[in-house]
Amino acid sequence: MKFAVIVFPGSNCDRDMYHAAKDVLKADADLVWYENSNLENYDGVLLPGGFSYGDYLRSGAVASTSNVMQQIKAHAEKGKPILGVCNGFQILLEAGLLPGAMLRNKNLAFMCHQEPLVVANNQTQFTTGYEKGEIVRFPIAHGEGNYFCDEQTLADLKANDQIVFTYENNPNGSVADIAGITNKQSNVLGMMPHPERAVEELLGSDDGLRLFQSVVKNWRESYAVNR
Amino acid sequence: MKKVTVHVTLKQGVLDPQGKAIQTSLHSLGFPEVEEARVGKYIELHMEDDADIEARVKAMCDKLLANPVIEDYRFNVEEAVQS
Repeated sequence: MKFAVIVFPGSNCDRDMYHAAKDVLKADADLVWYENSNLENYDGVLLPGGFSYGDYLRSGAVASTSNVMQQIKAHAEKGKPILGVCNGFQILLEAGLLPGAMLRNKNLAFMCHQEPLVVANNQTQFTTGYEKGEIVRFPIAHGEGNYFCDEQTLADLKANDQIVFTYENNPNGSVADIAGITNKQSNVLGMMPHPERAVEELLGSDDGLRLFQSVVKNWRESYAVNR
Repeated sequence: MKKVTVHVTLKQGVLDPQGKAIQTSLHSLGFPEVEEARVGKYIELHMEDDADIEARVKAMCDKLLANPVIEDYRFNVEEAVQS
């Protein structure tokens, strides 16, 4: 399985994501500059955190209009796994691949620490390696992670089981403690906490590794079935 | 030439932590009469006139300048003053 880690001007967790996929997970992965990129030969897309385009206008807004997003949308429609973390989540929201939007954290502070999360849905290709209701520890590092959506959207998210991770102690004011959601088809996951920074005990937690392992395992199984 | 002024504001009902902080600061500076402060954005576009200018600017707002999930916008098209 081959991953593309998309690099925008201002991405700064791209190396972490690449390290998680390549060195820890031992999957094929490339850092792919957003311009003139060709995603045809990649099985999965990883959108890393950072401050693409300096968060100009709104976090993720400018990156969401780039040409590479058209390819990512096509991948999403084909059912390929797309993971957006932190700024990657914000880009997926701005691109309309996931519903909702981000507001400034309720206390206006940039927060950078480890947070306990609840695995709310372990039936997605990203989370089959977890128990439902399991508490996992991922770092967060964001100033605009206060997830917002209207009541109808929230009802839809709940009805379709699209809420995948919730905060145990909501740090930023997100609606319904939401830390991560998928699209309806559950192949696009956006989350503010950083699983790629929790892949080795040395980093304080390796709870994030199972997320990447789940993607690879499920990809292999579906690949075997569809061949 | 036209000058388009776009105002982007947070929707009513959407929490505005920045506005809240400004309100608190104004209170501590001796302006207790401020009951609410809301922060928005102001964007100025200079562009050639076009019969479709209103529709074009609306599309710009919908696609990029505002996020319809959390923001409202209004804009005004006026003659650009030559400097």
